[in-house]
Amino acid sequence: MIEVKGLIKRFGLKNVLAGMNFSAIPGEFVVLLGPNGAGKTTFLRILSSLSRPTLGNVTVAGYSLPSQAAAVRMRLGVVSHMPLLYGDLTAEENLRFFSKMYNINGMDQRITEVLSLVGLSTRRKDMVRTFSRGMQQRLAIGRAVLHDPEVMLFDEPYTGLDQEASEMLDGVLQNVAAAGRTVVMTSHDLARAEDLGTRFDVLTKGRIGNSIHKNDLGGQNLLSYYKSVLSG
Amino acid sequence: MAPQPKLLKFLNVLSVLLVAVGYYLSIFYAPTEKVMGNVQKVFYFHVATAWVGMLGFILAAAFAVFYLKSKDMKWDSYGLAAVEISLVFFFITIILGSIWARPAWGTWWTWEPRLTTAAILELIYLAYLLLRQGIEDPEQRARFGAVYTLLGGLSVPLTLVSIRLFRTIHPVVVGGGGSEKMGMTDTMVFVMLYSIVAFSVVFVNLYWHRIRLGQYTEKIEQLKLRINQ
Amino acid sequence: MNNKEKLNNPKSDYWKSVFAITWKDLSSELRSRELLSSMLVFSLLVIVIYYFTLELDIKTRSAITAGALWVTFSFSGTLGLNRSMAIEKDRGCLDGLLLAPVDRSVIYFGKALSNLAFMLIVEIIVIPAYAMMYNINLFIPGFLFVTLLGSIGYIAVGTLLSAMSIQTRTRDVLLPILLFPLLIPVLIAAVKASNGFLLSLTWTEIMPWLNILFVYDVIFISVSFMVFDSIVEE
Repeated sequence: MIEVKGLIKRFGLKNVLAGMNFSAIPGEFVVLLGPNGAGKTTFLRILSSLSRPTLGNVTVAGYSLPSQAAAVRMRLGVVSHMPLLYGDLTAEENLRFFSKMYNINGMDQRITEVLSLVGLSTRRKDMVRTFSRGMQQRLAIGRAVLHDPEVMLFDEPYTGLDQEASEMLDGVLQNVAAAGRTVVMTSHDLARAEDLGTRFDVLTKGRIGNSIHKNDLGGQNLLSYYKSVLSG
Repeated sequence: MAPQPKLLKFLNVLSVLLVAVGYYLSIFYAPTEKVMGNVQKVFYFHVATAWVGMLGFILAAAFAVFYLKSKDMKWDSYGLAAVEISLVFFFITIILGSIWARPAWGTWWTWEPRLTTAAILELIYLAYLLLRQGIEDPEQRARFGAVYTLLGGLSVPLTLVSIRLFRTIHPVVVGGGGSEKMGMTDTMVFVMLYSIVAFSVVFVNLYWHRIRLGQYTEKIEQLKLRINQ
Repeated sequence: MNNKEKLNNPKSDYWKSVFAITWKDLSSELRSRELLSSMLVFSLLVIVIYYFTLELDIKTRSAITAGALWVTFSFSGTLGLNRSMAIEKDRGCLDGLLLAPVDRSVIYFGKALSNLAFMLIVEIIVIPAYAMMYNINLFIPGFLFVTLLGSIGYIAVGTLLSAMSIQTRTRDVLLPILLFPLLIPVLIAAVKASNGFLLSLTWTEIMPWLNILFVYDVIFISVSFMVFDSIVEE
């Protein structure tokens, strides 16, 4: 669960987020849309405790930020457009390292589970630097779900992926989201966003301007909805 | 633009007068030192500028701590102002020091502990300014700047101690009572103390101006941002 | 879930995470050997260059050894520090570490320990090489102890500053500029104390330098521990 009220984030004199309100409940897959520089990445960095809010209340998985950051981190999984993995370690070693950082019990079993979840069981002993971009991204998802987080954040997970890799990623993301988690994703890929999301929020000028549930889209597709929102 | 407050205007005039009188006192009033001759007269401003540099250095370190505690951007601009002024005054100190060193020890530069420490401090300040230059986000710039100032503030005393252990040929001015203590007459002491007071006023005056400059820069940034939006 | 109840990390978990980071760095380096090999080759090159530029005859050698070695360590050290932090920054791994539910100082100590390990490995190879090439006995426990103390101080500040410089526009160029002026007490004290041991001076002559090294190490480890989160958190 995520609750955000009156969130302001200031960089220097510029308000990147200007009194933003947002909420998401378990089972929801919210896709954040918006032009570049609207503050999507900044918002996700705040939710993931990497950046402090200037003002406002942010609650993630029942704990408030930034005061209970450690508790939030324990319940949070993040996938960004960067893999957050070590190239000179194998897939298994990477997961083992992060398992230690998350203090996970039954590490070996969990690593095996996660590797099969993201379809990389056969590449377990291979160095990450030999992986394709798509495989790295799947392993990154594996890293993010190691500790079975309640809330997941995906920041442009499709960046740099070809068609095939994106399709594989779709499957993995859906699996990960299906477990009753709260998911927030930013993406430029509206077609993929439409398939995955249950709700679409448009972020403009540091606030959620419009929001629509998938069911309410009607016959309209997401692209035309998004365009109509931006133009007027 | 708000006009300068009356007190600031007064300080402007007072600074000029105090330094002018200080100049007169050190050149004409203070007696010529027997061994060193006329060159000893740079000593009064040398000590006074070093004092002001020191003041700026201590303030910068204190403001760094305040910033890290409160994350209030005002401490950052205060700290930067202190560093800049301290940088200039230590530079003057070093120049005056080498003017002194030439006849006293026959060399433009001596590796005297305090002089060397001042030079290292200048390098720390330059590194600090380079660091700030490399960062776009003002808030990050403030944090990194504060951390670096703090580290500098901790290492400089240790530097001084180490260099002092390393070697020393500087006349000990106050306290200590080493063999090289200068024979200072009462008049000399008076002129020295006067110079310290005069330069402290100059420091306050410059500092005030620098803070105002910082506020105007911020205002310009704000206006620019408004135009762009 | 069980692992979530362990949130209030007891001390053993703290050091477990620290060592996990160090172990990760060491095993990754064991495979690529990029960092150590560049540090080592650089150090050996510098030592060879000394021979020609400083014309190290037998007499000057004994007086200059500690200084020559510390200049070598300082420069090759920045290569290692930069590389070690670049590995974290380039693939976003630093964010990965920051997302973990551990105290920020865990990251500092983990990185500092692996940086120290790299520096010591380089020293373990460079010191005998120097001793051999210049025919001087360096296997004096006191000398090695001073090298360790100095390296600890160097790494304490260096790790903190490398985390800072890697996030700036000028990146690796900035590290030596930030680091060296702060290292002066370490360099003076380490060189003086080493010389003391090499020239077999008395304890009273060496002790002040050891004290400075101790004090420096303690101050800078504790301050880095306190301010590290200001470096990595936005």
